[in-house]
Amino acid sequence: MTRTIEYRDALREAMSEEMRRDQRVFLMGEEVAEYQGAYKVSRGMLDEFGPHRVIDTPISETGFAGLGIGAAMSGLRPIIEFMSWSFSLVAADQILNNAPKMLYMSGGQFPIPIVFRGNNGAGGQLGSTHSWCVESLYAGVPGLKMAIPFDAYDAKGLLKTAIRDDNPVFFLESERLLGIKGEVPEEEYLIPLGQATLRRRGDDCTIVGFGRPLYFCLEAAEALAREGIECDVVDGRTIRPLDIDSIAESVRRTNYCVVVDQSWPFASIGAEVAAQVHEHCFDDLDNHVIRVHSDDVPAPYAYNLEQEMLPNARKIVEAVRAVTYAG
Amino acid sequence: MPVRTVLNTTIEHVSILDEDGNFDADLGRDLIPDDDAVRLYEHMSICRHFDEIAFKLQRSGRMGTYPENRGQEAASLGAAYVLRPDDWLVPCYRENTGLFWRGLPMEMILLHWMGDERGNQIAADLAMTPQAIPIGTQLLHAVGLAWASKYRGEDRISCTFFGDGATSEGDCHEALNFAANLNIPVVFLCQNNGWAISVPTKIQCSAPTLAQRGMAYGMPCVQCDGNDIFAVAKVVRDAAELARTEHRPTFIEAVTYRLGDHTTADDARRYRDQAEVDAWKKRDPLLRLRNYLSERTLWDDDREKALAARAKKEVAAAARRAEEIADPARTDMFDFLYATLSPDIEAQRSTARTSSLGVDPTQLDDARSSGIEEAV
Repeated sequence: MTRTIEYRDALREAMSEEMRRDQRVFLMGEEVAEYQGAYKVSRGMLDEFGPHRVIDTPISETGFAGLGIGAAMSGLRPIIEFMSWSFSLVAADQILNNAPKMLYMSGGQFPIPIVFRGNNGAGGQLGSTHSWCVESLYAGVPGLKMAIPFDAYDAKGLLKTAIRDDNPVFFLESERLLGIKGEVPEEEYLIPLGQATLRRRGDDCTIVGFGRPLYFCLEAAEALAREGIECDVVDGRTIRPLDIDSIAESVRRTNYCVVVDQSWPFASIGAEVAAQVHEHCFDDLDNHVIRVHSDDVPAPYAYNLEQEMLPNARKIVEAVRAVTYAG
Repeated sequence: MPVRTVLNTTIEHVSILDEDGNFDADLGRDLIPDDDAVRLYEHMSICRHFDEIAFKLQRSGRMGTYPENRGQEAASLGAAYVLRPDDWLVPCYRENTGLFWRGLPMEMILLHWMGDERGNQIAADLAMTPQAIPIGTQLLHAVGLAWASKYRGEDRISCTFFGDGATSEGDCHEALNFAANLNIPVVFLCQNNGWAISVPTKIQCSAPTLAQRGMAYGMPCVQCDGNDIFAVAKVVRDAAELARTEHRPTFIEAVTYRLGDHTTADDARRYRDQAEVDAWKKRDPLLRLRNYLSERTLWDDDREKALAARAKKEVAAAARRAEEIADPARTDMFDFLYATLSPDIEAQRSTARTSSLGVDPTQLDDARSSGIEEAV
């Protein structure tokens, strides 16, 4: 049996189910308890689990990130909510220099089974300081994992897996997706980290994307289909581990590849995926990989400029036409 | 009355055994029994010798770098002495005495400074975290560990150690605020040794004490003579009791002095007066405790001589164990990266190649792999 629920409800179900299942799991962050979450993701959780396990904090990202790491060192399994990943920047030393290295530097003595989660990416006129895409900044650090769910089904299945994972998992949601409904089974399910999926099937070109920009990819694929270009749209689902095998499998069939990434282009996830596609599929490619990114500017405040800055459907359509020599 | 005083407060300084040998019998009563005072002195002396040997190992090129603990032996030891064996010790890098008292083998600290991660592979039952080399990050981990104890309904607490320099870091302030706000059972023990490398405390902080930083966050705070093991034992015992029974944190400023350089990479003569160092040598925590024991006929020159021989033997054995350990295997650097390695990293581990070399290591056949090994 499936139901249609919002992405934010799927996130809450994942957390609540895991908290019912495992007493070691708790949720901590700004506004998560009394206020029911700045984006209502944790609605009702304070009532069910109480202030002991759903904890409001001071506005102190370094504080609750570091506290979470300490709690994880003692065997608890914290879920730490950043209202926005933009705010995680002030906690960078804890989340990058401590969480992913603690197991390593202690010779295996201190695993850090922690989930850092929150909204990532341009959210709709939030201005440049609140619109960070952190994936390209953070994913290069060994010791962490990174998931970036596309829809309600994935949000739930990936988050449940992330909570059970024994490593730090950076879980990148999107404010723009929270209200989007999707089908989610009543029954429990888990989605492994490191397993891409196909969002649309077509043999003419592969479009690889992650998270929110997949909507732009699907919109572009729809438009391209009307021109007679059928695209595979591959959802990587997780950035680390990266399921390059599934991406390569698609590219070997289509012989063309466009990578879509909401980060800035320089030293980005898009650049990494493109490089790996070249390594894995050099003899299969009929053109080099083309990347579509956010423009190389801070996220603009003005609505029209922000839409233009994003890796939108227009840019993707143009890239696919170019890479397949159709444009 | 339009202007009124909303806060008027004081900071206490606790001293029990002062540098002139005066002992406050009231405050010191039932604090450290004679037998234990002897053991604590012996332990500090062995650690002092350990410090000398570590320094020599570095100077003779057998160790990368080393931060001398000399002069600061009382603070972490006094704390470790009064804490329960399952209370978390969350140190930085001048807490050798406390860590060894808890049971950390001496060779672990040597291994660490020789540049071997295995020095931080600390047995779980010792309830301590690896030395935090970044400044101030460990305070929040101590808060989290203590929060976890409270979460589980245990009465285990944390005690974290940091220097005066760390109190300038944001992590420190967020840790203090969290601990006070969320009622977390932590003892914050600041070893104010006067210097953050070359920066004196007065340049780091305009307030007359560091202790009052705790007060600003609404927690009890106290200053003590950090070279007086009795004073440290007392304030930590009181703070631990408050944490254990009421989940309230305490900020302790233990006033001490770094008699050596910041590390072996530093030369403190370039920025501080010898007269200052000489004055602090008279306040040496070992000297003070030895005089205390001698006056009570608990110590004499023969025992001192025997202790020196014991220290030499024990430290030499530890140094030997640290130096004789086999080099780690190449694959070791991957082993504790993730709980389970992903295929791309497993490939790096098993082939010593990364895919950015233009070869997909997962595609390498066995013959090719062994070829690489031979080439290496």
